[in-house]
Amino acid sequence: MDKHRKLSFSEFYVKYGTLFIFIVIFVIAAILNNRFLTVNNITNILRQNTVYAILAFGATFVIILGHINVSYGTVAALAGCVAAMVARNTGSMTLAVLAAVAVGLTAGVINGFFVTKFQVPAFIVTLAMQSMAQGFVFLFTNAKPITGLPDTFKIAGQGTIGFIPVPVIIMILFFGFSWVLLNKTKYGRYVYAVGGNINAAQVSGIRTKNIVRLAFIFDGILTGIAGVILMSRINSGYPSAGEGYEFDAITAVVVGGTSLSGGIGTMTGTFVGALIVGIINNILNLMNVNTYWQYAVRGFIILIAVVADILSKGINKRNN
Amino acid sequence: MEENGKVLEMRNICKSFPGVKALQNVSLTVYEGRVHALVGENGAGKSTLMKILSGVYEVDAGEIVFKGKSLKHQDIKEIMDLGIAMIHQELSPLENMTIAENLFLGKEPSLKIGCFVDFKAMHKNARRMLEDMGLSYDPARKMRSLSIADMQLIEITKAIHRGASLIIMDEPTSAITSNEIKTLFEHIRKLKEQGTAIVYISHKFDEIFEIADDVTVLRDGQYICSGEIKDYTEADLIARMVGRKIDNYYPKEQAKIGETVLKVKNLNRNGAFRDISFEVKKGEIVGIFGLVGAGRTEVLRAIFGLDEFDSGEIELCGQKIKKLTTDYMIRQGVAMVSEDRRTYGIIPRRSVEENITLTFLKKFMNGVFTSRKKENAVVKEMIQELLIKTPDEDALIQNLSGGNQQKVVLAKWLLGDLKVLMLDEPTRGIDVGAKSEIYRIISQLAGKGVSVIMVSSELPEILGMSDRIIVMHEKTIVGELNVTTATQEGIMTMATGGRYYG
Repeated sequence: MDKHRKLSFSEFYVKYGTLFIFIVIFVIAAILNNRFLTVNNITNILRQNTVYAILAFGATFVIILGHINVSYGTVAALAGCVAAMVARNTGSMTLAVLAAVAVGLTAGVINGFFVTKFQVPAFIVTLAMQSMAQGFVFLFTNAKPITGLPDTFKIAGQGTIGFIPVPVIIMILFFGFSWVLLNKTKYGRYVYAVGGNINAAQVSGIRTKNIVRLAFIFDGILTGIAGVILMSRINSGYPSAGEGYEFDAITAVVVGGTSLSGGIGTMTGTFVGALIVGIINNILNLMNVNTYWQYAVRGFIILIAVVADILSKGINKRNN
Repeated sequence: MEENGKVLEMRNICKSFPGVKALQNVSLTVYEGRVHALVGENGAGKSTLMKILSGVYEVDAGEIVFKGKSLKHQDIKEIMDLGIAMIHQELSPLENMTIAENLFLGKEPSLKIGCFVDFKAMHKNARRMLEDMGLSYDPARKMRSLSIADMQLIEITKAIHRGASLIIMDEPTSAITSNEIKTLFEHIRKLKEQGTAIVYISHKFDEIFEIADDVTVLRDGQYICSGEIKDYTEADLIARMVGRKIDNYYPKEQAKIGETVLKVKNLNRNGAFRDISFEVKKGEIVGIFGLVGAGRTEVLRAIFGLDEFDSGEIELCGQKIKKLTTDYMIRQGVAMVSEDRRTYGIIPRRSVEENITLTFLKKFMNGVFTSRKKENAVVKEMIQELLIKTPDEDALIQNLSGGNQQKVVLAKWLLGDLKVLMLDEPTRGIDVGAKSEIYRIISQLAGKGVSVIMVSSELPEILGMSDRIIVMHEKTIVGELNVTTATQEGIMTMATGGRYYG
């Protein structure tokens, strides 16, 4: 085989597709609106990005494993509201974050348990979780926002260090951690193996169920963190604040090149995918596009991304 | 055999798949009202020939004449409409549908408004069809409530009523009881009287001699002989099925055989295998021979902790294993290489390197982090030692040939402290060159004191590589042979249920 042969379309797409799309969309956005390329706006994109970017890091593990999670929005809202309540009652931000993480972790444990123990499709398990968390968050808050929070609650979502927003720093820290976990540890290697061929992984001595459970747990912890940032940005516990976040998170992962059929994907791709989703949302806002049109556009984007993934695989097959 | 009444004539059929000549100049003639048995070892080309006939594959060369009409490029449905029906070994009925719905699948009678099914007419006709066959089922019964034999009869009913004048039965008795076989044979005899021709594929000689009129033997994709069954004895057929030359193609060296490493005692798993007892010594290669469905793979899977078993014991180095899991067996130095490389062997879209280091990744760590540097050094060494042909260690394993993929899977296990290596059809789908390299690796491993269990359907491979041969038939061990006295004919006789002492 010649190592220096020309890249085929599918190889190009798999390797650089996400980056290419990012550049194209960035350039289009810059041309369409002169307010796009301002420091203020870029900071704004990054800040708005953080919640679903952090969700997307966890989702990357889940989706590489061939599963899915559609419960991010309501679980993040539940975790965030619990954090707000704890912060108001104790005044301690540490306890608030711990409580949010505990909520997310519990949801992750439950998701992972039903997916592995009873082989319930993850879509169904997490759909049920979405509804349960929705119910709990409204019960727990009486469907009223939790307000009167200590000033420290704002920092995670609104603070800055120098000119860099705190949430962006938190996102970058979690990106780094997720990247290392996926690329530099045994666990990450096993995730690719189980997602790529669960039977071969099992025969190779990998405890496949543990790998899946851990992914849902990590995913749940990140959901808890994302919930805190979400509520911190509006400085209250708002029970329906998380609505639709699962969609942006999954779109970021898929646009980032992770295959919904498992085994393939990168953390960097997800990061760029989240930026792409952020830019699209941002430019639609800058152009004053009707909110309902925005929904339609986002739906269309995820469809295109999935088709591109399937096409790239089809082309691969024919090459072999 | 009389010239008239010829239903099917396949002449000089050739078919190649990448790297394999599956069929070379194979011919088959089937007559009206006669049962034609097609026999041969696993991989002799029987199924390929029948897949060509039923329109699954296209021929490379050769001629097929069915009822005086030359067949070319027909697809599965067109072939069915011409009157050739195939009853597959593994039936695929729609289990949640009724008998009537299965019988009329794709040909549902419709009401005047075309798109609605006329269920009344369908049930009435189904009842008549079943009665014609002497079956007394309610057409509204769900398929899933029937036994496999019953389902087969439904399939046959369907075939006849769609006007099939040639029915292919691929090992129809592999999953049914002897009583059910009797019923099946009665129906086959009735079909013969009505002039239907039948191609009957089976490994079971008693059945072949009971039901068949003619026989054709295939071996390694070649036509060997054909004639009326009464001109042959079981021994004749076996000799023609196996008669292959064993040359010095097997680099087996005599290894020093030591104490018992693995001992299996009275292992049972309902429906999969029964009363399995054997042992393997240090440095020994034990071959397990059996035809498809004999239960060989299931035994290996159970020993490796992939499937549970109902009763029995497994001892490793004198220690009884209490809680058997795959993970535990691997830590004890047991490895298994599956016959199905794509499903159980490789992670297709990951690199050669990651596939090799997957199991023993803990050997390549810097604290909690994996070390590419350490991996790289060992993997490069492996690639050289096993002569794995790959552009580099980062190439995706799916782009390698079957033989090289198999070497990668072997390399994975060589990184551990290997005591027992279980190989299931280690050279299936692998070209000749890579085959002999894999034999060399196996032989070297045995030389280093690894105990090898090798399941194989290839007699020359079994005879060329093993120290001892275990023969399985119908889910149990029917005998153990010393390689120095065993013959191909002897092994095949035992594997097909005959008596033989070597």
